Amino acid sequence: MTWIGKIRRVGRIVEPAPAAPEPTVAPPTGVRGSLQLRHVDAGSCNGCELELAGAFSPVYDAEQYGARLIASPRHADGLIVTGVVTHNMHEPLLNTLAAVPEPRVVIAVGDCACNRGVFATAYGVVGSVADVIDVDVQVPGCPPTPDQIVTALRSVTGK
Amino acid sequence: MTTTVLPAAAAELGEGPRTARLAREAIASGLATTLLGALGLVLGVVAIFGPTRHLRIDWLLPLAGVRFDVDPLGGLFIAVTGAVAVAVGIYTVGYAQREHWARFPMVVLPLFVAGMLLVPAAGSVPTFLLAWELMAAASLVLVLSEHNRGAVRFAGVFYAVMTQLGFVMILLALVLLSAAAGGDAFTTIAAHADDMSAGTRTAVFVLTVLGFGSKAGLLPLHAWLPKAHPEAPSPVSALMSAAMVNMGIYGIIRIDLQILGPGPQWWGLTLMILGAVSAVFGVLQATVATDLKRLLAYSTTENMGLVTLALGTASLLSASGAPDVAAIAMTAALLHVLAHAAFKTLAFLAAGSVLAATGLRDLDKLGGLARRMPVTTVMFGIGALGASGLPMGAGFVSEWILFQSLIHSPPDGNTLLALAMPLSVGAVALTTGLGIASMVKAFGVGFLARPRSVAAEDARESPMSMLTGMGLAAAACAVFAFWPALVAPALRGVLDALPEVGGDTAGVQLATFLRLPGIDGSLSPALLAVALAAGVLLAFAASRWGARHRPAPVEVPLWACGAETLSPRMQYTATSFAEPLQRVFDNVLRPDTDVEVTHFAESQYLVEKVTFTTRLADPVEQRLYTPVVGAVIALAQTVRRAHNGSVHLYLLYGAIGLLVVLLVAQ
Amino acid sequence: MSALSIVAAVLQVVVVLVGAPFVVGGMRQVRARLEGRAGGGVGQPWRDLRKQLRKQQVTPRGTTLVFAVAPAIAAGTTLLIAAILPIFALGSPLDSVADLFGVVGLLFLGTVALTLAGLDTGTAFGGMGSSREITIAALVEPTILLAVFALSIPGQSANLSAIVSATLDNPGQVFSLGSVLAFVALVIVIIAETGRLPVDNPSTHLELTMIHEAMVLEYAGPKLALVEWASGMRLTVLLALLANLFLPWGIAGADPSLLAVLIGVVAIAVKVSVLAGLLAAGEVFIAKLRYFRVPELLSGSFLLALLAVTASYFLATPTR
Repeated sequence: MTWIGKIRRVGRIVEPAPAAPEPTVAPPTGVRGSLQLRHVDAGSCNGCELELAGAFSPVYDAEQYGARLIASPRHADGLIVTGVVTHNMHEPLLNTLAAVPEPRVVIAVGDCACNRGVFATAYGVVGSVADVIDVDVQVPGCPPTPDQIVTALRSVTGK
Repeated sequence: MTTTVLPAAAAELGEGPRTARLAREAIASGLATTLLGALGLVLGVVAIFGPTRHLRIDWLLPLAGVRFDVDPLGGLFIAVTGAVAVAVGIYTVGYAQREHWARFPMVVLPLFVAGMLLVPAAGSVPTFLLAWELMAAASLVLVLSEHNRGAVRFAGVFYAVMTQLGFVMILLALVLLSAAAGGDAFTTIAAHADDMSAGTRTAVFVLTVLGFGSKAGLLPLHAWLPKAHPEAPSPVSALMSAAMVNMGIYGIIRIDLQILGPGPQWWGLTLMILGAVSAVFGVLQATVATDLKRLLAYSTTENMGLVTLALGTASLLSASGAPDVAAIAMTAALLHVLAHAAFKTLAFLAAGSVLAATGLRDLDKLGGLARRMPVTTVMFGIGALGASGLPMGAGFVSEWILFQSLIHSPPDGNTLLALAMPLSVGAVALTTGLGIASMVKAFGVGFLARPRSVAAEDARESPMSMLTGMGLAAAACAVFAFWPALVAPALRGVLDALPEVGGDTAGVQLATFLRLPGIDGSLSPALLAVALAAGVLLAFAASRWGARHRPAPVEVPLWACGAETLSPRMQYTATSFAEPLQRVFDNVLRPDTDVEVTHFAESQYLVEKVTFTTRLADPVEQRLYTPVVGAVIALAQTVRRAHNGSVHLYLLYGAIGLLVVLLVAQ
Repeated sequence: MSALSIVAAVLQVVVVLVGAPFVVGGMRQVRARLEGRAGGGVGQPWRDLRKQLRKQQVTPRGTTLVFAVAPAIAAGTTLLIAAILPIFALGSPLDSVADLFGVVGLLFLGTVALTLAGLDTGTAFGGMGSSREITIAALVEPTILLAVFALSIPGQSANLSAIVSATLDNPGQVFSLGSVLAFVALVIVIIAETGRLPVDNPSTHLELTMIHEAMVLEYAGPKLALVEWASGMRLTVLLALLANLFLPWGIAGADPSLLAVLIGVVAIAVKVSVLAGLLAAGEVFIAKLRYFRVPELLSGSFLLALLAVTASYFLATPTR
């Protein structure tokens, strides 16, 4: 019964939701509160991944605003891209975007994805995400906090 | 009639006359088969509804004469064989040309059909044995028609030995019967059946179950079936799997259920156990088979197992004093024979169509046929749906009736029934579950997805005559799936003539609604199909919701996890598809698996390559047949010492033999 | 069969269509709360469905008609089952069209359609998902059929209305040995067939561990909506079946009044919510089983079902 006790002790650990942010783009299909995203690591140091995991953890619970990470780009409404776009991930990124049915959004998370960040002059880099595909929402930060990521997601889901 | 060789090219090669001759011969052979089949169908149907017809030809066979008595039971099996032959005959017209058949199989094919039509018509023991041998010999010749391949020759020898062993057992059983009854006509035997000693009856039962069971592909004498059926040319496979195996069932019904029936409870129980074991074993082997025709052959063992299980149930129930329920089980058995004939004909003909187009039977190399051979694909799909026993398939109704007969036997404190029935349901349930898996594998891996070899990529649709033959079988499948009421009068006619098992068929209603006596349950396949169509339409309508907001539809490449392309080699194959089930049933299937690790010469820690091989053989065959064959060979070696080439000695053997016979005859 | 029976049957289909996403949403919500999260709300699956229905139709290259129609067949069979089952009222006009064996067959027809669609894509994951799904289905079907058999012995009928009314007439038999064993077996197979933990994890992101999800990886937009809708409806219908087979009280009779139908609606809503809640709560405590351990679980349930059948055969009291 330790599990049940633990559940009772912990209760709700999700942080209270702040006021909804200004929408940056309209929800892709006009339906608010539903955004399924395929995550693409285009060449990240995995810092953003940790924060992304935090954003979907019980504490921040991005799912309460209708955002969810899923496995197949076919099921997705868009991509959430982390990291600078490397040569090796250039093609896969384009292929993944092409696999997402219209209408779709692209969210670039982290400084590297927005403007190459610390990898600006590194070899093997094609460019920022916006250099390769159209980006709808950018989340700056190295790495951005889960709060920032959740706010960006909410600005798309509209909830 | 289309031919495979283009006329212009043929003329250039000087093959024009040969092609024309081939076409003429194929048409003649196919037409003869179809006409024989049609004749059988008509005669069979007439016999089911009319009085028993007799025909005697005394001069044909010395001493005994030939005697035919066509009653409703025989009529049903004649009609089934005829119907299968009609479809196969039309199919053969195209198939024989495409596969460049020699003259010999073309001549023997109608003979084979004639033999099968005569078996259920036979009215006396010598006639029966004659027809049986005609059928066996003709089928053997047909199996050997591609005798330049080693596998075919091996299968042929195997088949020849097994079928003759079976024949010997049937011969012994029938001789025992005639001797005990004092006459060789089946009517005479039936009249004296009650006077026979228990020992004779038991001996006849055991011998006939072994002999006929081997023809029906029941365990443990099934081993010839998955060898001979796949190696025969496909129209012959269809005839063997859809019509010839039925003769085993016919023999069991005729001798053990009708003439000697109702037998003691253990007869029914024996049949049930044999049937259940064959069904489960057959379907397990079908699930892991990767050869399309071998898979279908094992599925034949499975289905004949189900039929035998139903026969055993009928026998057990009538021996336990529940004739009403026995009639239900008998209905299930006969309907399943008919349905199996329909879907197995279709499946084998479609497999033949694939074989003719690609030269492949190996599911691991097939795939992508749905786009290249759409009609064949649809046909195989209909056959596979029937074999899987799902609703909308040909096999569903008969399996449903079988389930009902197993449920609704009266629990009147009969411990034997209370144990046998649930276990049978378990066996049938396991069989249907695995049957679905095997048919999904055959259809999904073989026909859908993308081609796994160049041959499969270059496949072309079969000519019209082959498609027509398949179309006829598909129509029959549709009848059994949606409107089994069409054959209900025939089944009733046969069952009314079988008072030994059930007999009272008044309650078995197979109309729009299927209703069975003593049971509150009902089923309506036709209305179910209509309702399902409505459900699917409703689902489509629901998915149209919001359609005006959608962007224009697109066709996109497959999702390759970001990579450029997915090669067809990345697909699941038949082997990998069945691997989980193979693991689950590891103890029964006993796969032979080898992992061989080769190291680099420099260091044993560096692996150069790993070779993994797995081989699935028939475990029953390995464990039972190998020692028996070994013993026979050892015995033959011993006997060989007597063969020393001296004519005098041989004359002496002959003289001693004659003396012994004279002494015994005294 | 009165006019209200027909109304009740139509109502069943409509309520299952509308309610199934809420059942899924409710289960996710229970789970979210127990994990300390806020959760997306009960209406989240409906929002997802509406969104998917407005997305582009995508046809992966090389797929055939099988891929295109499989979602509709999966959904259509489930809707038909919803019309046949006694959910709100006994004596559906389709009750005599198919009995419990027919219903099980329809259920597997839907499974087979999606399995073939997974193979049809010709991707590695599609084939993998199909292979796993059909393996589980092949082991689940015998158990369901056996459980059906055990349940149909007391009423001497496999027709659902007859089974349910036999239980209503003779409440004690719910606690008979055969019935209890059949209940346990059915719960296990329903969990397996609807792809819940510990057999399959419906919210996994890892293709290699997927069963059901791997099969449908290529579906997008409206077809995906139909697939998810169908799987939600299947869960709902099976839970309703479980509830009414063992706890039929509250269901309207064969010739119902309007009030009785309404009571039936409320009763089944409560029953399904409780069952779904229990299922979701149970899932918090367990992890997914290794795939090759699943057959052990299923063969265990097969054995239970076999015992159930034998028990009800030996202990059956003839009701007529």
